[in-house]
Amino acid sequence: MALLKLRESQIMKIHYLTAIAALFAVAVHILFRLIMPFGQSLAYPNVIANYHNIFYVLLLESILILISIHGFNGLRVILLELRQTPWWESTITILVLISMIGVIAYGTRTIVIAGGL
Amino acid sequence: MSEEQNKKVTLKIYRTNYNKNDSSSYDRFEVSVNRWTTVLDALLHVKKYSDSSIGIRYSCRMASCGSCGMKINGRPRLACYTKISELNDDVIVCEPLSNFPRIRDLVTDFSQFFNHHRKMEPFVHNDKVSLDVGEKDELVEFEQTPEELDDYLQFSYCIKCGLCYSACPTVATDSSFPGPQALSQAYRYVADNRDNDKSSRFNIIDERHGIWRCHFAGSCSAVCPKGVDPALGIQLLKGHMLGLSKNEKKATKLRTKNKE
Repeated sequence: MALLKLRESQIMKIHYLTAIAALFAVAVHILFRLIMPFGQSLAYPNVIANYHNIFYVLLLESILILISIHGFNGLRVILLELRQTPWWESTITILVLISMIGVIAYGTRTIVIAGGL
Repeated sequence: MSEEQNKKVTLKIYRTNYNKNDSSSYDRFEVSVNRWTTVLDALLHVKKYSDSSIGIRYSCRMASCGSCGMKINGRPRLACYTKISELNDDVIVCEPLSNFPRIRDLVTDFSQFFNHHRKMEPFVHNDKVSLDVGEKDELVEFEQTPEELDDYLQFSYCIKCGLCYSACPTVATDSSFPGPQALSQAYRYVADNRDNDKSSRFNIIDERHGIWRCHFAGSCSAVCPKGVDPALGIQLLKGHMLGLSKNEKKATKLRTKNKE
């Protein structure tokens, strides 16, 4: 599995880059709230309307992917320290990858359903 | 003699013999100290006049050999470099260093620590120079500018006392982590312009339990008795590995500015 063979420096490079990109994407997401009064922006029809805007959908999807990669790798880093065996390292990496793919798939499903795509 | 010079303190010394599966306890000894008395002086006084069985490792008595590292009042310090008067306490608690396997009383096992150090190949790799020197004429001189020397000089002051390793929170949970001492020594050779094999050293530290497990707590730098900043070395090494070696140039510039 190619992902398991990545060097730790390559993984951490992805970790840092996803953090920076997520900060930017979340900032844009928050700025979207300023288009109209904050309370109004969270009203049900307005939220659903956002999901019909393809650029907003792409923004939400990218936030979901970036935060999932960054967050689950952070979890992997914490769990790696608990034991020092190759079996543990591989198991944790595989479990974290599966969980990450699961969260991204479930989030994408929500975006797709809300967008009526 | 002033009152300060006749001050009495209580030395609370951790006692146990792990080889005999003894349970641990603290022995208390009252010692008369002067303004200049170090913790090592007090411990040796107790060993000489009160209890000769106290296990303690020491050698140079001048913070050069790094043998007398121990936890003094909860903080890793060199006993020969810590004056009792600077602790501002009437009870001085001496315990073995954390993160090291214990042998007896204040003596700990440095095997794992030195293994990590050895793993970093702490010597200059240079393909152009043969290690097998037969004749005197074959000896090669490495020339460096003072600026090039500045890149790694502070890291070469390390005396391998193990205080940084003892203070490191990552080492406490992950025994495979090389620790601040070994990593800062890796940086010392990466930053040395005479060394031309950075990639092999990167391969050694770029693993699951390698350099990336450093959380940058910075406690290693806080306890170093020689003023080395292992945390800085680790961060600069990370920068090198991410291809951000400009950071190092900035740090060198800063150091030069500070000196001016």
